[in-house]
Amino acid sequence: MLSQAREDARDLTAASPSAEIVTESLSGKDGEIWRLSGHWVNMTAVAAAKRLAEIAGKTGSALEIDLTGVAEMDTAGAWLLRRAITERQAGGGEVSVTDRQGAHYADLISALPEKLAEPREEKGPPASRFERIFTPIGRAMVDVWDDAVAAMFILGSAVRGAQLKLGRQSGLSPAAIVHQIDRMGVRAVPIILLMSFLIGAIIAQQGAFQLRYFGAEVFVVDLVGILQLREIGVLLTAIMIAGRSGSAITAEIGSMKMREEIDALKVMGLSPIGVLVFPRLVALTVALPLLTIIANFAALFGAAFVAWSYSGITFDTFLSRLREAIDLSTIVSGMIKAPFMALIIGIVASVEGLKVGGSAESLGRHVTASVVKSIFVVILVDGLFAMFYAAIDF
Amino acid sequence: MDSTSAKQDNVVLSVKDLTVGFGSNIVLDKLNLDIYRGEILGFVGASGTGKSVLMRTVLRLLSRRSGTIRIFDTDFDKATEAQRLALDMKLGVLFQHGALFSALTVKENIQVPMREYLDLPQAMMDELARLKIELVGLAPEAADKFPSELSGGMIKRAALARALALDPALVFLDEPTSGLDPIGAAEFDELIAKLRDTLGLTVYMVTHDLDSLFSVCDRIAVLGQKKVLVEGTIEDMLAFDDSWVQSYFRGKRARSIVRKT
Repeated sequence: MLSQAREDARDLTAASPSAEIVTESLSGKDGEIWRLSGHWVNMTAVAAAKRLAEIAGKTGSALEIDLTGVAEMDTAGAWLLRRAITERQAGGGEVSVTDRQGAHYADLISALPEKLAEPREEKGPPASRFERIFTPIGRAMVDVWDDAVAAMFILGSAVRGAQLKLGRQSGLSPAAIVHQIDRMGVRAVPIILLMSFLIGAIIAQQGAFQLRYFGAEVFVVDLVGILQLREIGVLLTAIMIAGRSGSAITAEIGSMKMREEIDALKVMGLSPIGVLVFPRLVALTVALPLLTIIANFAALFGAAFVAWSYSGITFDTFLSRLREAIDLSTIVSGMIKAPFMALIIGIVASVEGLKVGGSAESLGRHVTASVVKSIFVVILVDGLFAMFYAAIDF
Repeated sequence: MDSTSAKQDNVVLSVKDLTVGFGSNIVLDKLNLDIYRGEILGFVGASGTGKSVLMRTVLRLLSRRSGTIRIFDTDFDKATEAQRLALDMKLGVLFQHGALFSALTVKENIQVPMREYLDLPQAMMDELARLKIELVGLAPEAADKFPSELSGGMIKRAALARALALDPALVFLDEPTSGLDPIGAAEFDELIAKLRDTLGLTVYMVTHDLDSLFSVCDRIAVLGQKKVLVEGTIEDMLAFDDSWVQSYFRGKRARSIVRKT
């Protein structure tokens, strides 16, 4: 459809879009005359180039180019002729161009450069196989190290305080923090509620289904309670927030970097980390534990609902079983992880945001990297916590 | 009578009774404007009078309330799909900040319209892109650079090269010399005049650069009071009795240039 339209468009621009050329030998001396006609435009350039290559012939002889029949010429057509003329002149042949009265095609040809300047390239010797294999690995290692240093820098700057104001060492800006808590915490409540409710319900259903074989259906309460409070609650909330708020932080800081807003902050004597990163870090550290609590309640509610409808366990039974199954350490062990997850998400997102370069593509790349890296590190740290708890019998 | 009809044939862009507004705010009211083949029209007006709105409306980036816009005697609203494509190929636009695609190199930027409209082999597209780069006065090394690695003047030149990629007949330039140093701006003006002479371009130039207006523009149109206040040569501008036009063309900054010319 579109290609058809394109064909039509081509027909419309040039009734018969072709570049014609007729060669005759010069009378009297060694050489030839090219009589050009038709449309010497970019649409006909491929055919014209082929035809010119055919008739290029002897380079040493004289050449007259007659442009009187040309209906239309643009830089593409003129460039092809310019190239042919330069080639002919290089062989010592004389070239003259005659133009129709009132047309400027000859001027156009002579306005073009004789040949294109080659870019100065400074290429070293080609890399050996060893280099080609190990350069990316080494680069990745250096990148990991740079990321770690940048993360420490951001963490350190954040610990130092929000921003340096005259006469004050540091100043918190409550408005910014509350605003960020609203954006990253309060507005995430509905999706976290829904997701956790479903997760709790699904775990309960699967657990009940398997435990039914052993006649131990009531233990599904233990299963859901411990799993959700210790692991799943904080982990899934963190992953959700990494996708939701981590990407937003990277995109915001990254686009500010692209528009030199970060530089503007710097020359005003404000620390970009203090102004931009610190409120977000504080907000995340406050919001993520609270969201985790909400997520836990929603998941337990979902589990209780499924336990009642699928396995016939009443809410009273569910609650009394739950009270026996979990103790304070179960809840604490899960909740302790939440602020760490928040810091990881915030720092990884800020590091990636500050690495954004000048192009839209790099913004997209770093937002992706931010989400992928923070989810990876969140899961890794969760595993480390599990090992630690096992070691200290918590 | 004969000369006016000959002039009519040469109208490249014709805007009739154009009204554009946002909400209750009318920006352009029954505006009329003609641009003739092969001329460089300089478009001036105080900030916020709708110069950019007019250009964006002509380029169909904004919708209009009423009026007709004919480009190469084709009304876009009534054109067929094929005519629209043909029309798009004849327009080149240099946006104020270049609007180069940041993920592509300069060469790839220039090749975007070629790739879209023409079936050229890669080698020829490379050669044509390098030719355009040379025509707009960029170093050949710039071809493989990304827009974020270029200076402001180089971005303008690269954007002009992209605007010229398909050898358009009508080129829109939005403040082409803003942000350039005076020498660079003068070179850019010369470049536009040279391209007009060799390629037979018609140029619609929104500018605030008095040097450009005095040196390369054949005709000047002033936008004010929601329409074209006055159009004509620089002498017409100097003779026109309007306080804004007078202070614009006879102000302190303009006087020194007038004296020179």
